[in-house]
Amino acid sequence: MHPRLAVSGLRKVYEGSGRRVEAVRDLTFTVEAGELVCLVGPSGCGKTTLLKCMAGLLTPTSGEVLLEGRRVTGPPPDMAFVFQEYGRSLFPWMRVGENVELPLKQKRLPKGLRRELVADALRSVGLEDALSAYPWQLSGGMQQRVAIARALAYEPRVLLMDEPFAAVDAQTRADLEDLVRGLWRERGITILFVTHDIDEAVYLGERVVVLSASPTVVREQLTVDLPPERDQLHTRVAPRFAELRTRVYEQIQAAKRDTPVDRLTKSDAPPA
Amino acid sequence: MRGTNLALGAAGLAAFLGLGEAVPRLGLVKEAYFPPTSRIAGALGDELADSAFWTALGDTLTGWALGLAIAVGAGVVAGVLVSVVPYLREATSSTIEFLRPIPSVALIPLAVLLYGTELRSVLLLVVYASFWQILIQVLYGVQDVDPVAEETARSYGLGAWARVRHVLWPTALPYVMTGVRLAAAVALILVITAELVIGAPGLGARIAVAQTSQAVPEMYALIVVTGVLGLLINVGARTVERHALAWHQSVRGEVAV
Repeated sequence: MHPRLAVSGLRKVYEGSGRRVEAVRDLTFTVEAGELVCLVGPSGCGKTTLLKCMAGLLTPTSGEVLLEGRRVTGPPPDMAFVFQEYGRSLFPWMRVGENVELPLKQKRLPKGLRRELVADALRSVGLEDALSAYPWQLSGGMQQRVAIARALAYEPRVLLMDEPFAAVDAQTRADLEDLVRGLWRERGITILFVTHDIDEAVYLGERVVVLSASPTVVREQLTVDLPPERDQLHTRVAPRFAELRTRVYEQIQAAKRDTPVDRLTKSDAPPA
Repeated sequence: MRGTNLALGAAGLAAFLGLGEAVPRLGLVKEAYFPPTSRIAGALGDELADSAFWTALGDTLTGWALGLAIAVGAGVVAGVLVSVVPYLREATSSTIEFLRPIPSVALIPLAVLLYGTELRSVLLLVVYASFWQILIQVLYGVQDVDPVAEETARSYGLGAWARVRHVLWPTALPYVMTGVRLAAAVALILVITAELVIGAPGLGARIAVAQTSQAVPEMYALIVVTGVLGLLINVGARTVERHALAWHQSVRGEVAV
């Protein structure tokens, strides 16, 4: 049995205009089917680069990403991506319904089925009435819900989320976190959730992968042994939650302090 | 506020027309060359009753619309191709920058050599002048594609053609609309110029005839008609723009969230 997602030896070096930046050094981890894994790391640690390599939007310099044993070379049809910048990711020239439906049209699904999937996805995120609104007529949190609905309607086996709630206010954020956990439990999708927010990672994840500072490696993997039923009020004050978040916090602080030891000695060509 | 502006605009126009009436009557300018407003209005009335005027108007509008349509079609296709095909933009930009500033009227002798006073002569000049307006706007518009929107489309499996249709084209549309509005105005200038200089049938040729036959008020009346045409074209283009871009920031205005 292959894991749902396997990242092995992933390395990404950006080259251009005389600059050479190693964003990701050597990443190896797996995500099992139906897992909800959170990736946390200090800011600028190459989380987005990693996620884009996994989504087939960027080609890694070396190493590979396997989706159920098959190597990812381009955007796979059973993977969906939710971007942080919902306002730019939704098309302002299309109504909410059309935005959600567009990927399904590309899949050449029949019209009846498309309509069902769109309605169902919008219902799941609590926006069944927004079908004919334009995205820019909605609040930020609602726009991100639409983006999530678009991903759900696509019926992916893997959902990649790149700091999806970084740009919404705290209250909306709590609601959206519960929404994601609810959807995960209902639909059994495999979710890889990237965030820089430690509390969010512990609250949402079944497992937290802590990344080092750039050039990125996996620093630690933690299983979140909180009960599956979580709520904003009680989970966040549970003693175990505090322990876990302290542990992740320490790891991140340590990651910020000690950059990988061989950075100066093995560095191919230091960024000019 | 809007009512006040409207009233002020009407008052300004009335004052202008009144001045046009008074100045020749007071003998400040020669009435033979600057007929008073009322005589121009009379001549305009005569023109409107003449079927030959309507034929000329039809010819002018045909040249304008056909030329504009060809320029828009060709400009959009060329602009998208040049942007999408790798290296093509770099390879063509110097040629475009060389050809674009050539004034279309400089091609009048060529047009006459090729097509005489036919409609094709007019079209050559109109298309040449309008094409660049569209092309340049399309090139700018395509550059404006949001990388996040593009990546979203790619991550959902949209192929190259689907991305052109659903991402690139809507992004470029506001620019294209600006191009069309500019091109529509330029096309009118070139149609009238071609008719006036080459003698292709239309309002321009009619102005030339009025001038050579000393029918000065008629000449002014025809000039007024071309002015009104320009005004209508601009208003029309803006209306189309507003409808096509209802979703765009420039049109939708502030939205209460």
